Amino acid sequence: MTILVLAEHDNATLAVATAKAVAAARAMGGDIHVLVAGAGCGAVGEAAAKLDGVGKVLVADNDAYEHHLAETVSELIVHLAGGYSHIVAAATTTGKNTMPRVAALLDVMQVSDITAVVGPKTFERPVYAGAAIQTVEASAETVVVTVRASAFDAVGDGGSAPVEAVDFVAGAPKVRFVSRDAAVSAGPELANARIVVSGGRALGSEDKFNEMIKPLAEKLGAAIGASRAAVDAGYAPNDWQVGQTGKVVAPDLYIAVGISGAIQHLAGMKNSKVIVAIDKDPDAPIFAVADYGLVGDLFALVPELTEAL
Amino acid sequence: MKILVPVKRVLDANIAVRVKSDGTGVDLANQKMSMNPFDEIAVEEAIKLKEAGIASEIVAVSIGPAQAQDTLRSALAMGADSAVLVKTDAVVEPLAVAKILKAVVAQQSPDLVIMGKQAIDDDSNQTAQMLSALLGWPQATFASKVVIADGKATVTREVDGGLETLELDLPAVVSTDLRLNTPRYASLPNVMKAKKKPLEEIDAASLGVSLDATLKVVSTVKPADRKPGSMVGSVAELVEKLKTEARVI
Repeated sequence: MTILVLAEHDNATLAVATAKAVAAARAMGGDIHVLVAGAGCGAVGEAAAKLDGVGKVLVADNDAYEHHLAETVSELIVHLAGGYSHIVAAATTTGKNTMPRVAALLDVMQVSDITAVVGPKTFERPVYAGAAIQTVEASAETVVVTVRASAFDAVGDGGSAPVEAVDFVAGAPKVRFVSRDAAVSAGPELANARIVVSGGRALGSEDKFNEMIKPLAEKLGAAIGASRAAVDAGYAPNDWQVGQTGKVVAPDLYIAVGISGAIQHLAGMKNSKVIVAIDKDPDAPIFAVADYGLVGDLFALVPELTEAL
Repeated sequence: MKILVPVKRVLDANIAVRVKSDGTGVDLANQKMSMNPFDEIAVEEAIKLKEAGIASEIVAVSIGPAQAQDTLRSALAMGADSAVLVKTDAVVEPLAVAKILKAVVAQQSPDLVIMGKQAIDDDSNQTAQMLSALLGWPQATFASKVVIADGKATVTREVDGGLETLELDLPAVVSTDLRLNTPRYASLPNVMKAKKKPLEEIDAASLGVSLDATLKVVSTVKPADRKPGSMVGSVAELVEKLKTEARVI
């Protein structure tokens, strides 16, 4: 039994999500190979080789994979799939984009967004925005899985696996990369931050969002998140959205400011270790999941909290 | 240009999910069912393309029981021209859905398929990508902007860390994210008109796709509740508890 894990990276740096996907693969059991598909991504291959539990790293370094197009990367994975019992990727936007293609081309179902490994082919995954947890068992010869990274602890980096080049080049796709607009964010990455401070619609404006949330996040060294309502209202960029269809986070400390706590938002943060909620409405559903609730005017309480830390 | 919009009938987003105590699934009996919200966004986008003179025809398709007709009528009331119901009472997995949609594409010959990025029941987020792979058409998932011109689709996608823009040759498959548009409400006259629009029924079995489940659902349970928390009276008390009780700062 050998498992292929697709590395998440930007051609320069290996994302932490990969070390978490490797942790899930280790729980499934068997040898683990990591595939780094990109262009000019040699350093990523070396970083992947250090991950604990990895037996071999395959590096497909070619312009065809530079922008991680689902078409070319899935073709590469299908080319390599023959020897593998499992093909695994973190459920990042890249993993979600690519892996269902791999599954379809192999004529198997994908198990999406697993949160626990019960057995080699048996997994837990949330459905209905986390309102229910399904245990599913795959029977296919090749099991295709995406992993909710926040549900697994990253493996260490004390390993030294051999790195092998893969020569296969995918055919020209009928899609071309045009541009990428990176959201500017000074703090830590939302998906992996130890502390997250999120703001909701009650902040009332983009200016107030920045005025209240940013100093608190800076003081705590926290990443900034937002509810869907705050994102839709234009207070925060889309990739700050925490929830069923945004990012799913599980930090040590999650501070929800002016967020009522719709089930779609709770789906993205309710597995945080400690949750603090600050809102003026004592009946807001967010208080039902909060370890510590503080009811009052957030425009007074948040600056006071920032000051007190 | 012809657009195919697959729509799924799901538990209404505003209904609280009740997990059956025997672990066999979610209780859907006598519950309000609606169109998957991401699919509503897909229908809206197709209508906008038609209003802009880019699309000429919109066909909605659903796979499910007879009641999925209601979901298709909703799409027709919003502005789709005709509908196809691929009828089955089975629980159909995303791969089988993609195979059925491939067969419908062969019958309908659309230039573009627009569909929701995920259904809010199983949260799989697979079908559009699978359909794209099976058709050999390019894909743009998680779309927040779609521009069609000169036989190409330029699609802005919501990705981790920002936005990405791709240019796709048509025909193509696009899946919708939340911020693509705000779906319209169907007016009463349009709801009435929708009742007269063509709705074709196909027996799923006639398409030659196996509907047998390949993933075995062992159990469906309610997640463990969080331990009840406590209210604090002041910022000072909060900071104190975070430091000494929770020890996270």
